Amino acid sequence: MKGPAAYAEQFVIQYNPAEKTKKWGWIILRTLLVTGFCFIILFPLFLRLSVAFRSKVDIYDPTVLWIPKHFTLDNLKIAIETTHYFSTLLNTLLISSGTTLIQLAACALAAYAFARLKFRGSGLLFGMVIFTIVVPPQTIMIPLYLTYRYFDFFGLVGLFSGKESVNLIDTFWPFLISSATAMGLKNGLYIYIFRQFFRGIPKEIEEAALVDGAGVFKTFYRIMVPNAIPAVVTVLLFSFVWQWNDSYYVSLFLSKVKVLSTGLMDMGVAIGAEPDPVYQSMLMNTGVLLTMAPLIIMYLFVQRYFVESVERTGLVG
Amino acid sequence: MLKKRLTLEQNRAMWGVIFCVPLMLGLVMLFILPLIQSFRFSLSSIELVEGGFSVMYEGFENFNSLFTSNADYPRALTESVVNMVVNVPIIIIFSLFAAVLLNQKFRGRTIARAIFFLPVILASSAIANLDISSFVGGAVASSGGGDGGGNLMQSFELKKMLLESGISPLLVDYVTGAVDRIYEIISSSGVQILIFLAGLQSISPSLYEASRIEGATGYEIFWKVTFPMLTPLVLTNMVYSIIDSFSHNNINQLISETAFRTFDFGLSAAMSWIYFAVVGIILLLSTWLMSRKVFYYD
Repeated sequence: MKGPAAYAEQFVIQYNPAEKTKKWGWIILRTLLVTGFCFIILFPLFLRLSVAFRSKVDIYDPTVLWIPKHFTLDNLKIAIETTHYFSTLLNTLLISSGTTLIQLAACALAAYAFARLKFRGSGLLFGMVIFTIVVPPQTIMIPLYLTYRYFDFFGLVGLFSGKESVNLIDTFWPFLISSATAMGLKNGLYIYIFRQFFRGIPKEIEEAALVDGAGVFKTFYRIMVPNAIPAVVTVLLFSFVWQWNDSYYVSLFLSKVKVLSTGLMDMGVAIGAEPDPVYQSMLMNTGVLLTMAPLIIMYLFVQRYFVESVERTGLVG
Repeated sequence: MLKKRLTLEQNRAMWGVIFCVPLMLGLVMLFILPLIQSFRFSLSSIELVEGGFSVMYEGFENFNSLFTSNADYPRALTESVVNMVVNVPIIIIFSLFAAVLLNQKFRGRTIARAIFFLPVILASSAIANLDISSFVGGAVASSGGGDGGGNLMQSFELKKMLLESGISPLLVDYVTGAVDRIYEIISSSGVQILIFLAGLQSISPSLYEASRIEGATGYEIFWKVTFPMLTPLVLTNMVYSIIDSFSHNNINQLISETAFRTFDFGLSAAMSWIYFAVVGIILLLSTWLMSRKVFYYD
């Protein structure tokens, strides 16, 4: 016959309660933390969503917490009217997608040169690119504005058209030119990401392509770019989203043409006549929601690729 | 056809130059020249005249007036520097923690990750950030204390508890301040979480295996393997967070307003140069401090 101590010992060996408690304790803590953080992130979004469909009566009704009693689309209607939603949406879409694609090409080309096609001074040039990340955009804000206001591309415009300079403010040209020359929003960062990724691709693949008779450019777009899909997806998403949300460059270069982020400021002025400040901020909230909505819908579709890609990008310093 | 055949090396170098031509044009036209011009502006006063503008040299007048007669600038500058010093450590610690959490295997991990990266998509716009806080404040005021009031209470209790346990008040203020601003911190650490997560994935599993065999606990593995392997990324993230924290604060607004409301381009340029110098010094200092602690595996 075994004593109770022996049973206890066997129990410990078989089930290992201390380890089990530790493991389960961690699992519970982790679940709590993750759900908590997710809640904090999602809460404002749900709040906005709930508020957007509330009617004016519901604001001061303390019994309305989440689901509005008087469901209404009026807020949405007012927000769409005051921001001229559809035309601004079109402008934003054009600018964001245009700059994204052009930036992608310009940055990938330069990054490939930095990663594999070394020439004299390429190190210095890359140093300059990193420097552009560090310099705050405010420092070159005024000269940049003046460059586009009196645009003459090293004097070439004056030579051909006879005019002194061209005014590019209130056109899309500043965005296109900046992105084509890889000097747009945070482009230094994209060049850096691409360069890191290209350096990780084995040299042998390139050499094989060379032996098979591919030139440098063909190697680039047939071999390197398809191999760098994770980096491409990361940069695409980042640049699209950042351009979409950017209000700094947009308000610098465009004063008459409206995009979503500047449309919001207009909305603040347009609804300024509304006497009730809470209702005002409710309308503003609807406007913000409308600005974010296309991004959220897009994110729902691409988040899978995005999360996977970023992990493989290996943004190692 | 007197074309000399280039060696492979020369050919590749030539293509490298060709690939970089757009970038070089951009660097000169949209970065270097504006930078020089901006420096020149900061030393002069500018007047818009018909078909252009005229620049008059004034020496260090603008810089002088910034610190002697301008009421807003020194305050805005110190404010943004203090904010940065307070926020960056919290952001880095939080994002490291979140990345380690998200790197583990559990059910619903994909959804959790997707939600954690949502702030990258949404909260990079300053307007959206500004507005939500004002709105939540309004909602709480009108509905007589909903969830927002609950939040306030929690942090209050936490503060009392920490103070009673004998932790120094300064630290308590720091921690509770971080808890109060948790939304702000989460929303500005999306990219940092991504970078850490990418780094965690790239640590070779054999290191973990070896330390398991040697009998290391999870705690030891984190501090002796995971953390040292991530220190280069801590540096990267620190630089990123500093730059990012400077990219949306009220000093930017002040600079833009000086330029486009009062049309004092010279003063605005001087502001931005001092601002740039401060950012540069902070970056240099912090990289220098951090780079001594960084561990490189290979």
